[in-house]
Amino acid sequence: MTVRFTLNGSPLTVDVPGSSRLLDVLREDLHLTGTKEGCGEGECGACSVLIDGEVVNSCLVAAGQVEGREVLTIEGLAQGGELSPLQRAFIERGAAQCGICTPGMLLAAHALLQGNPRPSADEVRVALAGNLCRCTGYTKIIDAVLACRA
Amino acid sequence: MRFPRPTGRILLQYYRTMSCSSDTAVGRSIPRRDGVEKVTGRARYTDDLVVPGAWYGRTIRSTVACGTIRAITLDPAFDWSRVVVVSADDIAMGGGENVVQLIRDDQPALAQRAIRHQEEPILLLAAADKTTLETAAGHVHIMYDPAEPVLDLGRATETYTTIEIVKGDVAAARRQADVVVERTFRVGLQEQLYIEPQGAIAYPYRETSNGKREAGVTVIGSLQCPYYVHRALKRALALSDEQAVVIQAETGGGFGGKEEYPSLVAIHAALLARKAGRPVRLVYDRHEDLAATTKRHPGVITHRTAVRRDGTLLAQDIEIVLDGGAYCTLTPVVLSRAAIHAAGPYSCPNVRIRARALATNTPPNGAFRGFGAPQSLFAAELMVEHVAERLGVPSVELRRKWLLRVGDTTATGQKLSESVSAEQVLDAALRGAPPVRPSARPTVRRGRGLSLVFHGSGFTGSGEKKLSGRVAVEFTAAGEYRILSASTEIGQGTKTIFCQIAAEALGVSLERVTLAPQDTSLVPDSGPTVASRTAMIVGGLIRDAALELRTRLARERAPLRVEKTYIQADTIHWDDQTYRGDAYPVYAWACTIVDLEVDTDTGEVRVTDLVTAVDCGKAIHPVMAEGQIEGGNLQAVGWATIEEIKMKDGRYVNDRLATYLIPTALDAPRIRTILVENPYSRGPFGAKGIGELPMDGAAPAVIAAIHDATGVWLDEVPATAEKVLEALHGKRETGNGMRR
Repeated sequence: MTVRFTLNGSPLTVDVPGSSRLLDVLREDLHLTGTKEGCGEGECGACSVLIDGEVVNSCLVAAGQVEGREVLTIEGLAQGGELSPLQRAFIERGAAQCGICTPGMLLAAHALLQGNPRPSADEVRVALAGNLCRCTGYTKIIDAVLACRA
Repeated sequence: MRFPRPTGRILLQYYRTMSCSSDTAVGRSIPRRDGVEKVTGRARYTDDLVVPGAWYGRTIRSTVACGTIRAITLDPAFDWSRVVVVSADDIAMGGGENVVQLIRDDQPALAQRAIRHQEEPILLLAAADKTTLETAAGHVHIMYDPAEPVLDLGRATETYTTIEIVKGDVAAARRQADVVVERTFRVGLQEQLYIEPQGAIAYPYRETSNGKREAGVTVIGSLQCPYYVHRALKRALALSDEQAVVIQAETGGGFGGKEEYPSLVAIHAALLARKAGRPVRLVYDRHEDLAATTKRHPGVITHRTAVRRDGTLLAQDIEIVLDGGAYCTLTPVVLSRAAIHAAGPYSCPNVRIRARALATNTPPNGAFRGFGAPQSLFAAELMVEHVAERLGVPSVELRRKWLLRVGDTTATGQKLSESVSAEQVLDAALRGAPPVRPSARPTVRRGRGLSLVFHGSGFTGSGEKKLSGRVAVEFTAAGEYRILSASTEIGQGTKTIFCQIAAEALGVSLERVTLAPQDTSLVPDSGPTVASRTAMIVGGLIRDAALELRTRLARERAPLRVEKTYIQADTIHWDDQTYRGDAYPVYAWACTIVDLEVDTDTGEVRVTDLVTAVDCGKAIHPVMAEGQIEGGNLQAVGWATIEEIKMKDGRYVNDRLATYLIPTALDAPRIRTILVENPYSRGPFGAKGIGELPMDGAAPAVIAAIHDATGVWLDEVPATAEKVLEALHGKRETGNGMRR
């Protein structure tokens, strides 16, 4: 089927089987490999992308479901060649180690700050609870997000 | 090279704006070298690499825990011409040996006839697309003659290895004791749970520096130890040093899980690629990764500790039994580290440690951060609590009385001469702990627990000497300083700290230093990225090479290359036969204080605060050192509380991420790290290893805190809600076999 949607700010049409996972469309058809597969069943959040600003696990989304919607992946977070404040904070505060959870974690944090520019530490924890990280113990990730509050 | 490069050039411009505000490189938390690639999604992990024409591979595994293969049938109704099938016979036909090169030659790359565990690899398939591959897998039928598996340590009869460490005379000392306390502790399996599953891409050729294809095999994969994989490929595929090429892709976590297991994945991918005559991708999904790959060794540890009424420590008599699973893997070395750390960071005149590792029919256990020490230190630390309870003294006071100081000797008779910080970290953690808060709800009880641990940096005993790790630092014709080592970046910061060490030693700015890719055709064998050895041992070699390069550049011209090979200091003595001597060049130290809540209705344990004071000699990069400490402690909290693996018929029952749980941001406590820097004279700028120590201390502190909160001892990890509830209701056997 043909799916029309906006990807990282640009309109796009893809022709894929309607049941394809959004994750595979991004990674295999569009070669946007910043979105990772960690478990394939919606538990780890490594495949997180934003659809109309909401965090979803792209391994659980069928391609057809993004028809007419706006999808943001990690490749769309840095605008005009500039890292976003969150991306800079992740680097400077040690919030990325092995980096495999980082794209999903950044998108979950970005969605939080878009909706709630001054979250508490507990609100950050809730917002990131669907994104597993095994390297950091989360402390530096939470600090990085808090550093980007309005 | 036509192979896709795992990671492109870093954005040096970013680092120019960020990192060069002062002259010194070491001790500053500069932006990590791979940071921009990782936060933009541009870092290329194995499954991200686009390889035109590559087929997909898959492993067919055993469905019994023990027995023999009676027949393998490929269903004739399926069109097998579209699929490549590899069996054990293909290994022999290729001239290779059917073995995964490690310590013993007991593990076949593919089962020939005998099956020793569930999920043992038997056949490999490859096809052009995933649908054909899945359909083909459904048409493979394997018949077994099953045998009765050994699934419990109590019934195991085959021993992988035994170790005995003897200091003084335990029996004589016990006769002088006022009190002897005996307890038994149990530790469970744990999955490393790197977020990127295992994976490798193999090519049935190698490329020379001018891009010509030659006979050989190239493997790009998610791995910690390129030269382990290199050696394994050479043997299983009968390749020369040159013909086998191993390249590390960006690697999404390891924790030991990518120390030895990637050798098997690489052999499998390479066998398929060779038979298919084209590249093959072999990437595990999470289910396969959880079901088939190595776990932390579970075990049973018994302590008999003899003391005088005044708390004087007279003797420690310790027995360790670890379950190695179905193949040896690294078990003897894991057991060695477990045994050497078993007495804890305490000075005791009479010690006997008897350790053995047994074979069972569970999937093989292997390397996992801490490598046996978390298991034995768990028991050692809880033993301090039990002795203190029996004597009626605070356990902190007993630790202060027993702890190792400069001039004391360890269980192996190693006299500690420098960088001994047990007391400093104890004091720092006690000073840094938050005030104890009362519980807000009547059904929730709060408690605090403390632990004191040490961890040897580098390989055990003569390991580093035998390994003779090599690095090079070169000054290129282009005016760039380049570090060549096989030590991998797996998140812990290798790429960044190596550049800091070299820049500091060379006296040049950081952006002039680069790191060669971890590609066995380019870099010397600096040894595996394990054993808390990368910063201290390999970093030390880089410092030495850089210093020599700096001296020589005063009179010689580019290009110039300086190589360094590890040479054991003549002050380090170790006897492999008697297990006496300097087990490690030096130790890192940590004191951890855990505050938690126990819900007496549900048995649930929630760690609320964790403070840890750590001596790592010198933090080359303080933020990344803290990152290691925080991540390791949470991994240990997970092991202590929720990470339980249940087994049925030798198969892990909870082999999905929906059922094997690790801590989330909501479960994680606020972790506060206090860095205590007590430099080691031979470490680069004073640094010691930090990778594994953070895994050692949290689990015993959690169990001690549960006791503080509820009055019950669990003496085992994980302390799941179910077990805590049972203990609260007096239905659980405690370590002494007594009911409380």
